[in-house]
Amino acid sequence: MPNLKLSAWEIVEIARNPKRKTALDYINRIFDDFIELHGDRKFKDDKAIVCGLARIEKQNFTIIAEQKGRTTKENIERNFGMPNPESYRKAIRFMKQAEKFKRPVVTFIDTKGAYPGIGAEERGQGEAIAKSMFEMAKLEVPVISIVIGEGSSGGALAIGVANKVFMLENAIYSILSPEGYSSILWKDSSKYKEAAEKMKLTAKDLYDLKVIDKIIKEPQKDGEVDFEKLANNLKKEIVNAINELKNLEPKKIVQNRYEKFRNMGEYIKL
Amino acid sequence: MIVDKIKKREVQTVKNKKSKVDIPIGKWLKCEKCGEILYKEAVTNNLNICPNCGYYFRMHIDKRLDLIIDQGTYERFNLDIETTNPLNLEDYPKKLKTLREKTGLKEAVACGTGNINGEKVVICIMDSGFLMGSMGVVVGEKITYSIEQAIKQKLPLVIFSVSGGARMQEGIISLMQMAKTTSALTKLDKAGLLYISVLTDPTYGGVTASFASLGDIILAEPKAMIGFAGQRVIEQTIGEALPQGFQTAEFLLEHGFIDKIVERKDLKDTIYKLIQFHKGGEK
Ligand SMILES: [Zn+2]
Repeated sequence: MPNLKLSAWEIVEIARNPKRKTALDYINRIFDDFIELHGDRKFKDDKAIVCGLARIEKQNFTIIAEQKGRTTKENIERNFGMPNPESYRKAIRFMKQAEKFKRPVVTFIDTKGAYPGIGAEERGQGEAIAKSMFEMAKLEVPVISIVIGEGSSGGALAIGVANKVFMLENAIYSILSPEGYSSILWKDSSKYKEAAEKMKLTAKDLYDLKVIDKIIKEPQKDGEVDFEKLANNLKKEIVNAINELKNLEPKKIVQNRYEKFRNMGEYIKL
Repeated sequence: MIVDKIKKREVQTVKNKKSKVDIPIGKWLKCEKCGEILYKEAVTNNLNICPNCGYYFRMHIDKRLDLIIDQGTYERFNLDIETTNPLNLEDYPKKLKTLREKTGLKEAVACGTGNINGEKVVICIMDSGFLMGSMGVVVGEKITYSIEQAIKQKLPLVIFSVSGGARMQEGIISLMQMAKTTSALTKLDKAGLLYISVLTDPTYGGVTASFASLGDIILAEPKAMIGFAGQRVIEQTIGEALPQGFQTAEFLLEHGFIDKIVERKDLKDTIYKLIQFHKGGEK
């Protein structure tokens, strides 16, 4: 259990490590016959989110995944995993098809955040994120979201309104980056390590806060993550969750998801 | 998700304080836009608009209520709640207490029912004076509760947004309020009820990326700054200056993200008129 010794900031560094497995690594390892399909049918194909169809045995799935690159070239193509509004509109298109063809949806979350750019604002980044959550909340098929790396801000949550939210042991999920947090709250961007500790962004913190449903362990082998083992475990968890949810009436599936998010955050009655 | 634009304005205010004019506190204020020293009452009597240049000052909840809701008809929801301070920040509860005393507000949003020219609505009004109108669990819960009340009472919903976004002090719990309010709006939509979202200066971040952008009708006040990402963040990311008029209400109208820009003096009658066009959709 080496993780007990890791500080929150060390986990942030692991989550951001360019060598860390990306969404497509998981998709190709866990699912059969993944076929990527492109475009939002409105403006373009934004490559920070990958959409497509895949199977596990006889069960079909719709896949929606935030995809980072590993090389500079890949990262430029993927916009460093920071979606433009078109990515969310593409995601919405695939959510609706998932419902039409009764396929469960699996989303992979891994982003520094939605892209802050002129074009992104011109094309309604805020509206795209809001609409993505809105459509996701209504889906009458099971939805599972897995935070695999960095889950930062509304750009992550936009594809995270799921019946079950899983999170890898060394992934992070937060309101924004620790750097941004310390600079906004403490007017001092150098206090990012302290911010990481304060923000409750680790899988354990988020499990305790009931933001996520399950922590997926990252088993080690020879000082590295045993990806085969990890992927197998994740696959089992996906199958189990789908088996639990798929026989529910469509309305119950929606209600199950609704109640989860309706109860987000405790408060004190005065 | 807090706006940088706001910071810029604060900087301007600090500069203004250095000017040689000695402004007696309480009676006078300086226009943030044109710099004119104004008699406070003249501004208040002018719907909080600068009589010199037409700049829209931000409005306190009470003033906004006076402007929009028929006198004596507002009934606040009986929902007095407080954050659990989920990140255990030492100074956050103290900050909230100080703000409550200073602003006379309980939180960054007030919610209840009231009449608009005799039409009963559920009304939510945010206030930038309370931690920049940011959304933590209290704001998220009150907005969600209001949506549920609109469904229960079969009433139109009107939300006046002004917000820097999700509230930093409550971390991920604030972020989750985006999903909470949005999920509730799916039910309002299904119930066939009208939701009018009014964007006022400034509306940013997690509020823009949730309920503020999901109105059946979206109105905005002239020149209000509205966006997802803050301007400084965008400038730092792209490494260039932003175009003139970027993220103004006029910019959003041009790009198709709001229905109409409405002057402050016309807001009440416009909302009333829109409600008339939407009768009969309730399920
Ligand atoms: Zn002025």
